[in-house]
Parts: sequence; C-alpha cells; structure tokens
Amino acid sequence: MAEALLSVQGLRKHYGGLAVTNDVSLEVLPGEIHALIGPNGAGKTTLIHQITGTVAPDAGRVVFAGTDITRLSLPRRVQAGLARSFQITSIIAGFSVLENVALAAQAQSGSSFGFLRPAAGETVLNDAARNALNEVGLADRAMIIAGALSHGEKRALEIAIALATRPRLLLLDEPLAGAGPEETERLIALLRRLKSRYAILLVEHDMQAVFALADRISVLAEGRIIASGGTTEIRASDEVRAAYLGEEEIPC
Amino acid sequence: MPRLRLDVALTLLVLAALALAPLLGFGANHYLTLFARIMILAAAAVSLSFLVGGAGLASLGHAAAMGVGAYAVAILDAHRLTDITIVLPVAIVAAALFSLLTGAIAIRTEGVNFIMITLAFGQMAFFTASSLAPYGGDDGYTLYDRTEIFGLRLMENRLFFHYLCLGFLLFCWGFCAMLLASRFGRVLRAARENPLRVQAVGFAPYPFRLLAYVIAGTLAGLAGVLFANATEFVAPAYMGWQRSGELIFMVILGGLGRLSGAILGAVLFVLLETWLPNLTTHWKMIFGPLLILAVLFMRGGLIGFLGARRG
Repeated sequence: MAEALLSVQGLRKHYGGLAVTNDVSLEVLPGEIHALIGPNGAGKTTLIHQITGTVAPDAGRVVFAGTDITRLSLPRRVQAGLARSFQITSIIAGFSVLENVALAAQAQSGSSFGFLRPAAGETVLNDAARNALNEVGLADRAMIIAGALSHGEKRALEIAIALATRPRLLLLDEPLAGAGPEETERLIALLRRLKSRYAILLVEHDMQAVFALADRISVLAEGRIIASGGTTEIRASDEVRAAYLGEEEIPC
Repeated sequence: MPRLRLDVALTLLVLAALALAPLLGFGANHYLTLFARIMILAAAAVSLSFLVGGAGLASLGHAAAMGVGAYAVAILDAHRLTDITIVLPVAIVAAALFSLLTGAIAIRTEGVNFIMITLAFGQMAFFTASSLAPYGGDDGYTLYDRTEIFGLRLMENRLFFHYLCLGFLLFCWGFCAMLLASRFGRVLRAARENPLRVQAVGFAPYPFRLLAYVIAGTLAGLAGVLFANATEFVAPAYMGWQRSGELIFMVILGGLGRLSGAILGAVLFVLLETWLPNLTTHWKMIFGPLLILAVLFMRGGLIGFLGARRG
C-alpha cells in the first residue's frame, strides 16, 4: 500500500469537559477521496480546523507528506501543499473571478513583495489562473466580479482557488453545501475529474455524493471515529446507522 | 475597458488648477500659504487613504507620523542643521522607525482595537512633543530657517515651494497607486476584504500590513517636513488626535475607495475651514454639522456622489 499523504495521529481537543476531538486518527492516500461524514455536532469542523491549522490540538500529530505540520500556521500548510475550501463560501467578492485565482497563483510564483509592476498585467499569474478556471468550467466568467457569481459558481471558484495553490491534497469542507441539484451534478463531475490528480479529504453531508465519490469513508460521532472503511462496509455498519438515527437516512 | 475615470479626471483638473494658480493671479502670499496647506495635507491624506482604503487599517494616529517628520526639522533646526542632506534622511528614518515600532504592536490587533491603539500611540507622541522643553514644549517651536537644498535657500522662494508641494502630492498619489496595483497591493487589498481567504492561499497578512503601515507613515513624515517648512513653526498639535481625525475626515469626505478621493476631500476640507470663519466666529457650529451631513448623505464621499449623479 502506498505511503499516506496525510496522516492524522491520535488528535485530541477538549473544550472544558467536552472532548470535541477524541483520539482521532485517519489517513489519506495519494489519489484517493477519503470522505469524512458524521451527524451534526460530531466534531467535523473542529477536526478540519486542526488539520488546516486554525485550531491547535491538545495532543496528537498531523503529518503531511512525511513532515510533522502540527505546529505550522495555516499559510505555511497551504504552502506545503495542503489546500482547503470553506464550508461557508470564502472568496474575495470585490475582486474579479480571475484576480481571485491569480492571487492564489501569486503565492506559488515568486515573491509577493513586488511593488513596481501592476499585478493584473502579469501573464504568468493570469495564465495559471485561467488554467485553474478552465478545470472548474469557469473560464468564460473570468472577468466578472466574483460577488456576482451564482452560489454554485462560487463553490467552483473556491475549488479553482485551491487548485491554483498547486496543492497535493484538497481538503474540501462541504463543497456541495447549498448547491442546487444541477449544480451538485456538475460539482460531483468536477470532483471526479480531480480525483486522479489530487488526494482529497472530503467532508460532506450529501450522502449520495459521498457514496458516489469516496474510496474510503470515516464516520465521526461525538468526537470519535466510530467506523472507517470502504463504501459497502460503511453502508452495512450498524454503528453508523445508530449514530445517524433520527438524523438522516443513509441511502442504501 | 474603462476610460479615464471621472474621479481621476476631476482630481487631475484640481491639480492642474493648483499648478496654474500662481500664474493666473493667485500668486499673493496668502493664496500660496493656503495652497501649500491644501497640497501638504492632501498628500498626508493620500498616504492615509492608502492605509485605510487600501490595506483596511483605519489608523487614528496618522498625524503622529507626520509630526515626527515636522519635529525632525525643528530639532535639527535648533542645532542649526538645516540642509536637506541631513534633514531628509533623519526625517525619513525617524518616521519609518516610529511607524515600525508602533505598527508592529498595533497591527496585531484589528478593528476598533487597532483604532484605539493607534490613537494611543498618537497621543503618546503628542505628550512627548509637549514635554520637549528645549524645542518649545507646549508653545511649539519657530524655525530659524527653512530647510536648505544643498546650501541653497530655495524653499524660501514661494513659487519653488509651491511646485515642490505639488510635485510631492503627485508623487504620493502615483506611488500609492502603483503600490496598490502591484503584487504587494493585491495581497493588501485581498486581506482587507477577507483575511482568512488570504491565509488560505498561503499568505500571512502581517508582514504585508506592517510594511504598508511603515510606507504610509514615512510618506506622512515627509509631508510633515514640508508642513514645518510651510508654517516655519512646529507644535505638538501637529501630532494630536484632532489632526489625525481631520485627515481621516478628508479621506472619508472624498471617498474611501479611491486615492483621488483623499485629494478632493482635503481640498474641500481646507477650503471650507478657510472660508467659513469669514462668515461668523462660530464657524465650527456650521462646519461640524456640515461634515456630519456630508457623511450621512454622500455615501462613498464626493466620488460616490459624483458617480451616483452620473448614473
């Protein structure tokens, strides 16, 4: 089996007496989509924050591509190749679509302490940005203001921004949240295309999408991983059913 | 593609008027004094607009950096050092260092805390200046000489000084515009709108913001050098929060989103504060409400108002 690209080892986080993350370990292999699911309040968001570096864990390690990144800041982790998208769309609404992505490309291409040349005229950055926009199907929307995009387009833009940081792993926090049925179809197709080239840790509520896309699924409940395995295993697990009881149906 | 924007065109028109004014019968000393005040405060306002509108750092202590530049002139003058080869480097280093030290702390905070902490640093500078007894203390300090340029007393030539101030204003405008369009400025603008997004593409905003703060402070310090020369006098009030507030007001009055707004705002502000006292001694009773109404009813300042008018 291939070496894990991302390895989370024995992560713990307490808020007062509440164990929000309770000895969580999981791995993401190169080229796989590993889905993280769990009912509301299971601690998914806190776990993501610890993996991306916005919340410090009380104990445990996060190892990415062989190096311990537990103490690195969010920007450093992104530079190392761990890109993320946000549960609530996070773009720069006043920038054009192209400039949103060019900003990410800029982080990967030389120093950003450049003062003389207008950044909007840098073909290297604009080309990189257009490539990323092409991949998510937003190429023809490049010049409009990002705030004017539809919700689904904003979600796609966020993925393009993540791609422009030249990541090795994409951490997608509910990329389908709030997208309509058609947009969902398009986004699922997009994720499937990306799968061959990037490892993806996918946090998603849309079970249909999760079972359609994931190679492996880990189920988080009350801060612990209660089950981890292939889609068929998870579907058959009684524990998972119990965790979701009264929440939402697991489509069989 | 946009043609020449209305606000830029209007600002260029104002600057052209300032350039031609001495040749068109506005060459009397009291006019030139007024113009110098307009241009120098406009330059300081542009540097503040770069900071507030560009980087999203609403400093209420910007006058302090300007005052540091002015006091560099005064303190050197007291020791009979008036040549630009000494004054300029000292003023630049002093203003940059002041901004670096205060900014390093202030930029760790955000929002209202940032405003309060820059205000506090400004007042610290104000009280420090007040206690400088050898340099006039509370009363301020009258210069023996204007700054000399390589031994020449060019600054005493009113026309030369007029065009020097105009040149400096143009430089500030162009320089800040260039910075905002650059890679550096793109990170600043992005971090103003969404700092988390900027971090999530791999930038730590802090060093970018700190550098912007130092650059703006240094430009304000240079404006302070000119201001000291214009008035041949330096006082603690140059550093006080009232002056900082006035600068913020010019920026907002003109329109926060554009550097040119700071210039238009400064022109309007100084013209009003010069003209209104002719009407009544209680002119501040008119000035204050007028400014409040302007902010309330001209969203986006003068520029926003003009833009809305045009459709």
